[in-house]
Amino acid sequence: MSYNIFLNEEQIDGAADGPLSEMTIAIKDNISTEGVATTCGSNMLASYVPPYDATVVSKIKDAGATIVGKVNMDEFGMGGTTETSAFGPTKNPVDPERVPGGSSGGSAAAVAAGKADLAIGSDTGGSVRNPAAFCGVVGIKPTYGLVSRYGLIAYANSLEQIGPLANSVEDAARLLDVISGQDPHDGTTRSQGDNSAYADAADGDVSGMTIGVIRELFDGADKRVVETVEQSIEALESQGAETIDVSLASLEHAVQAYYVIAMSEASSNLARFDGVRYGLSGGYDGNWNETFADAREEGFGDEVKRRILLGTYALSAGYHDKYYKKAQDARAWVRQDFDNAFSDVDVLASPTMPVLPPKLGESLSDPLQLYLMDANTVPVNLANLPAISVPAGEADGLPVGLQLIGPQFGEESIIRAASAVEN
Amino acid sequence: MTAQAAEQRELAVVIGLEVHVQLETATKIFCGCSTRADEDEAPNTRTCPTCLGLPGALPVLNEGAVEAAVKIGKALSAEIPEQTTFHRKNYYYPDLPKNFQLTQYDAPICADGSLEISVEGTRRSIGITRAHLEEDPGSLQHKGGSIDTADYTLVNYNRAGTPLVEIVTEPDFRSPAETRAFLAKLEEVLAYLGVFDATRDGSLRVDANISLVDAEAVAEDGSISDEALESANRTEVKNISSHKGAEKALAYEVTRQKNAIQRGRVIEQETRHWDETRGITVSMRSKEAEKDYRYFREADLPPLEVSDWKAKIPIPELPDARRDRFASEYGLDGESASKLTSTKAVADFFEDVAESFDPDLAATWVADNLLGELNYRDMEVTDISDRLEEFTTLISLVDADEVTVKNAEEIVLRSMLDEGDDPETIIDREGLGKADDDAIGAFVTEAIEENPDAVEDYHNGEDGALNFLVGQVMQKSRGSADPGTVNALLQDELA
Repeated sequence: MSYNIFLNEEQIDGAADGPLSEMTIAIKDNISTEGVATTCGSNMLASYVPPYDATVVSKIKDAGATIVGKVNMDEFGMGGTTETSAFGPTKNPVDPERVPGGSSGGSAAAVAAGKADLAIGSDTGGSVRNPAAFCGVVGIKPTYGLVSRYGLIAYANSLEQIGPLANSVEDAARLLDVISGQDPHDGTTRSQGDNSAYADAADGDVSGMTIGVIRELFDGADKRVVETVEQSIEALESQGAETIDVSLASLEHAVQAYYVIAMSEASSNLARFDGVRYGLSGGYDGNWNETFADAREEGFGDEVKRRILLGTYALSAGYHDKYYKKAQDARAWVRQDFDNAFSDVDVLASPTMPVLPPKLGESLSDPLQLYLMDANTVPVNLANLPAISVPAGEADGLPVGLQLIGPQFGEESIIRAASAVEN
Repeated sequence: MTAQAAEQRELAVVIGLEVHVQLETATKIFCGCSTRADEDEAPNTRTCPTCLGLPGALPVLNEGAVEAAVKIGKALSAEIPEQTTFHRKNYYYPDLPKNFQLTQYDAPICADGSLEISVEGTRRSIGITRAHLEEDPGSLQHKGGSIDTADYTLVNYNRAGTPLVEIVTEPDFRSPAETRAFLAKLEEVLAYLGVFDATRDGSLRVDANISLVDAEAVAEDGSISDEALESANRTEVKNISSHKGAEKALAYEVTRQKNAIQRGRVIEQETRHWDETRGITVSMRSKEAEKDYRYFREADLPPLEVSDWKAKIPIPELPDARRDRFASEYGLDGESASKLTSTKAVADFFEDVAESFDPDLAATWVADNLLGELNYRDMEVTDISDRLEEFTTLISLVDADEVTVKNAEEIVLRSMLDEGDDPETIIDREGLGKADDDAIGAFVTEAIEENPDAVEDYHNGEDGALNFLVGQVMQKSRGSADPGTVNALLQDELA
C-alpha cells in the first residue's frame, strides 16, 4: 500500500559511527538538504535544490543516522492534514481512508508505517504533535530556541521549532538530544540543550509529579477523545502523580491570535518567492509587480494564498493595531497564563487533538473548521513552551494523543511524564 | 495668492537630510561575507545563503556594526537605548533578496543627537532625529535601456547585506551651503571614528527633503513652526552622492521652487532625481499613496542589550576637540589649527611630522606648503596618502640644510606633485643639493679671480662690492649655497 509519504527517496548516508547509527530517519521536506530537492510541498519550490544543509541535518548526519528520504507535508506547513501538499495527500497508515494529520503528516506516517525509525518534523502551531496524535506515534515540539531553525524554510518564524517523531518517547528524546543546542547560525538558540540527556529522562517515574489538567481544552473535544485521554491521566495518577485542574482564561483567544501572527509572518516570509529565483514557467508579461503576481498565482496553492492575503491585510496600515498588535497582546497574555500555571504544576495535560483523524477530503472545504482543530496545540507555540504528544490509547480503532506541556526548557519533565504513559 | 503677491513674498529655505552611510566593518551585517569588493569580482560570488535570502537561512547580527553605530551615536551626542531591535520593512523590489529589508523602526540605535557645523564663520547646530542600522540591498544592472525600458535586468547580490547607518536630520538647514558643510563634517567625523571609507563607491547616499516657507515663519533662533512646515509642499531629492553634489542639487531645487512660487504655481509634492551630469533635478514620480511597508518585529534577531555600550566603547578625539588641542599644544593660530584638522589624514600627518620637527616648521610645511600646492592642483591629501613619507623626507632635508627652503618649496615640492618623483631624485637631477664648503670655496676663489675690480672696490671699503661677489658665488652654485656661508668665506679669503 502506498501512503504517498515520500516526495523523494534519495538516501543520504550519515557518519559511520554515532549515537544514531543503525537508525533510519525521514526528513520533512521544508528542511534544507544540500544537493537534495527541498520542495515545502509546493510547486513554487518543485525544482529548488538547496546548496546547504540545515543545522539539524548536519547534526543527524554526524550522529550516524541514514536519511531515507524527504517526506510530504502541507504546502509550506499551512494545514493540519497534509492535504494542501501540491504533491497529493498522504494517507494515514492506521486507516488509509483518513488523513495522517499535518503539517508534518509525511513524518508521522513514515514512522507509523515503519518506513523510518525516526522522523523530523516542524511545529508552528501543532504540526508535529497533530500528526503524531493522528498516526499513533510520539512527537515533541521543543521550547523555542532549543533547536536551531537554520535551514528550516520559514512559515511563521516566531512560533516554529523543528521537532522529533518516533515510535517511543525514548527514541524521540534520543533524537532531540542530537538536534538540540546553540547554533551560531541561529541567534534565537539558547544553550540549555547543549549537553542534554533527554533520553535518560524517559524513566517512567512520575511519583510526586504534579500534573495540571487544562479544563478548557477538554470542553470542546470529541467525547471519545476526552474519555481516552482521561483514562491515560488516571493511569499516571495510579503511578504516583498528583493531578489538579487548572484554568487558563486566555486560551479562548489563542486560535485567533495564532492565526493573525502566523499569517502575518507568513506574508513576509514567503515574499521572496516571486518568480525571479523560484517558481515554475517564468516569462510572464508586464512590469515587475505583474510578473511577481503571476509567478505567485501560478506557484502557490489556495491555502497559502489565503494565508498570505490575510496576513498582508493584518499588517496593513489602519489594521495593524486592530489585528497584529492585538494578537501580540493576546500572545503575551497566554504566556503569562502559562507562567502562572507552572508555579503550581510540573506539567500540563490536554488532548493533543480535539478530534479523531478526519477522513480524507472531509475537512479541507472548511478552513475555519480546520483552524479550530488547532485549539489545543497553538497555545504552546504562542508561549514558546515545550510539549509532547504521546499515544494515550485508541477510540473506535483510531489513535488518540495525550499532550503534555512543560515550562520553558522543561523538556525533561514532559519526557518523563510521557514515558510513564507508555508503561 | 496673486502672482504679484507671490513675487513679493520673502522665502526661507527648509531642508532636512537622510544620509545613508556604508559602515566599514569586515563582514556584512547579518552574515560572515566580506563587505569589501575585490577588483573585478564576478557578480553574486561574495554571497552566502543568508545574504542571498535563500529559504531557511537566518540572519545573525554582526555586533561590529552595532559598535560602529554606537560610536556614531556618541560622536553625534545622541541617546543610545537600553536595547535595540530590528524590524522588517516589507516591499517588493528585485534588488531585495527576501523582498523585505531588515532595518530598525521604533528602537533605533541612536536618537536625539546633533552635529555642529560652521558656515562662513557662523556656527550652527543641526539636530539629528535618529540614526538606525539596516542592510543594503543588492544592485541592479538594466540592459538595453533604463529601469522602465530595459530588455532585461541583471541582479548582483554582492552588495546585499552591507551594513548601513541611515542618519535622519531635523529640518534644520537654511541653505544648500549648510547641507554641504554638514555632510563634509559628517564624513570627517565618520572617518575619524574609523567606521567609513569615503573612497568606496556608493559609500554615502543622500536624500534631501526641501521646501520653501514664508521668511516670516522663521523665528529669530532659526526655528520654524510645525504649522509652517506642514503647509509647505516639499520635494524629496534622491541620488545625491557627495557633499558637493548636495549643495549643487539643492541650489538647483531652491531656484526651481522659487521660480515656480513667484509665477504663482504650487510646488508639487513629489520625488525628484538629481541628474549629476546635467546638473538638474528630474521628476521621478508624483505624490502617490503613502507606501505601506507593514513594519513588524524580526523574531530571528533577539533584542540586543546595549545600555552599557556607550560607556564601554571608546571613540577617538574628534575634529573639533583636535583643533582646540592643536592650538594649545602646538601654539598654532586658529586658522592653521583649523586647516590642519580639516581632515583626519592631514591631522595625522601633521602630528607625525610635529613629533620629529619643530611644530612651527611642521605647520608651515603641512598647512601652507603642502595643502596650498595640493589645493592649487585640486588634489586631496588622500590622493598622496601613500607618499607621505617622501614629504617627511623633504622636510628633514630642509631641516638639515641639505636643500634651501626656496628650492624645496618652489622646485622640489612642485615636481614631486607634478611628476611623482621622490625628493632625492629631484634634488640630484636638478643639482639642488646644498653645495659643501669645499665646492663653495672653489666658487669663491673663482669669483675673486674673475672680478678684480670688485675685489679692489671691497678693499677700498665700498659696501656693495661684497654683495656683488656673494651674488656671483650664488649664481655659480645655482642657489645651492647658503648666502651666510658664502659671505663668511669671501671675507676670510679677502682678508
